[in-house]
Amino acid sequence: MIPADRPTQRPTTARLLYVDAHGAIRHVPRSRLVEFLRPGDLVIANDAATLPASLHGVHERTGCSIEVRLAGKPSLAHRDAQRFVAVVFGPGDYRTRTEDRPLPPVFEIGDVIELGSLSARVERILDHPRLLALRFEAEVDELWRGLATHGRPIQYAHVSEPLSLWDVWTSIASAPVAYEPPSAGFALDWQMLADFEARGIEFATLTHAAGISSTGDPELDRLLPLDEPYRIPVATEDAIAAALCEGRRIVAIGTTVVRALEHSAATFGSVAAGESVANIRIGAETRLRVVDVILSGTHEPGTSHHEMLHAFADKAALRRADEALESAGYRSHEFGDSVLIERDSRRYSRPAGPRIEREDFPENQGLVGRRAPRILRRFAPASAHVVQESHRLSPARGLLCLRD
Amino acid sequence: MQTQRQSETLRRLRGVRVAITGGTSGLGLALVEELTHREAKVALIARTPARVDSVAAERSAHGIVGDVASKHDIHRIALQVTGQLGGLDVLINNASDLGPTPLALLGDTQCEDFERALATNVLGPFRLTKALLGSLAASAREGRGALVLNISSDAAVNAYPQWGAYGASKAALAHMTRVWNEELAAQGVRFIALDPGDMDTPMHAAALPGADKSTLKQPAQSAYELAEAICDLLPARAVLRYAS
Repeated sequence: MIPADRPTQRPTTARLLYVDAHGAIRHVPRSRLVEFLRPGDLVIANDAATLPASLHGVHERTGCSIEVRLAGKPSLAHRDAQRFVAVVFGPGDYRTRTEDRPLPPVFEIGDVIELGSLSARVERILDHPRLLALRFEAEVDELWRGLATHGRPIQYAHVSEPLSLWDVWTSIASAPVAYEPPSAGFALDWQMLADFEARGIEFATLTHAAGISSTGDPELDRLLPLDEPYRIPVATEDAIAAALCEGRRIVAIGTTVVRALEHSAATFGSVAAGESVANIRIGAETRLRVVDVILSGTHEPGTSHHEMLHAFADKAALRRADEALESAGYRSHEFGDSVLIERDSRRYSRPAGPRIEREDFPENQGLVGRRAPRILRRFAPASAHVVQESHRLSPARGLLCLRD
Repeated sequence: MQTQRQSETLRRLRGVRVAITGGTSGLGLALVEELTHREAKVALIARTPARVDSVAAERSAHGIVGDVASKHDIHRIALQVTGQLGGLDVLINNASDLGPTPLALLGDTQCEDFERALATNVLGPFRLTKALLGSLAASAREGRGALVLNISSDAAVNAYPQWGAYGASKAALAHMTRVWNEELAAQGVRFIALDPGDMDTPMHAAALPGADKSTLKQPAQSAYELAEAICDLLPARAVLRYAS
């Protein structure tokens, strides 16, 4: 593939490789995306805005120049507003490939890092010498002012011009919690949302703190994706429950949406409104419970993003897709082209888990065509650590619908 | 005007997240006072750091330093608004530029003065609204309601000599407001342009230094009326839920 080296979110030439549920491949202009969705589909996007998460500064004890890339945080809660997980690089900037960057000094707990008007203290050294838990010393408003003034979007060498925030905010960017853009959402604009509406396609969002995609260090890269907090609004929980019950498809815009929805369903029994932290890896072994279709960037084999696609399509189909992307000169990285992958009809045709016969439900008898969703009689209570906004508790449902 | 306030019927906006541009003087300052009084979470945006910090501290609001006329400030402002408030329900584009001061006939207006009026009164609100549209639409999807209130003027409707740059820019803002409203209706984001009337503000003094102040409205009165309009336009749930 060819690295997309210009920060244009929706070039008119953007392409879409469409892999259908039978593994058949088509090449289409991405502007025609809406045609490959169906009336009744529920499209879910990640509306996280992207932080200016790259901060240049000085490691006080050694005087070394460093670049701190904020990469995660324990939760989206206010008590964690000043706390971040960060990856640290030595001197230099994004123009040098991450794998060629000099190492930062060795950190110790309590070290102070000066970052423009801000200063941060090393709380812990995590699973790698360059992976730190930081706490900023500024008050929250002062921290936002400092980030706005001093921070830059995280950037890689394949794009040479310096990125501005507007380059990395999607059209629907809302809460600033992502460290790198949820770039599958670059395909969306307000016209497309209007087209969804006109075609009877439903749209909902969640907010997922997308972490960094690459560090240039193989050991660190193996830890990716880090744990990512996410928040699912009540309206989105309701829309998903309705779609699943009615047998309509769930279309995820980007890997972060898949990770949040599947984590929520796996943890709480169904997609639950509230805040949680996605700590699962999704790959060939994962049986998707919620998402039917993914729109994603064109990812290189071996990355965690690519690994996730194996939950949708089998190895042979993905190999053919990768070959097609390569031979047709698709563009890669965050400003590149896209793939639309429907999950494999053979793999997902067999019901999973304890099976409830349709005859158990009088309303399903005599129905032909698409199987009605499996309805579980047991109501799985949400775990204690789902944070519900107290005034917006969703009504308890007697029936819980999951796809088979 | 205190007589207009009937505290037993004052509608609260507890927890409603509001951003106000030009929030350190005139109508903007009065809006910060009125809305914080109604228990809204307010972020104010203005150019002078010392003024921003003192108003923010006095009113328990969030202060953001930035110039809406500057393209490079817009996303930095939007970042701080959404970061500090945790989202946005109401955006009030209040910051305005008169164009030439003292006011001048169009034939005597410097292009740079007209450009500055357009940058502050039209392009600034356009850019800031665009940068915050995702937050507003998210708020609408969550049933909290989403509203953009653009401060207009009778000069946007009537052709007053010497008010050409200001009037033309406010007319453009009012028209843009109507188009936004048409385009975003399906997303649940409402747009409205309101004329607060002739007020006793620093801007009015700059425009018409000799005006009889006794004929002018107090900005607090206009702020009260605008707050009432916000209560009317947000979904009943958002306002009533917090009614005391």
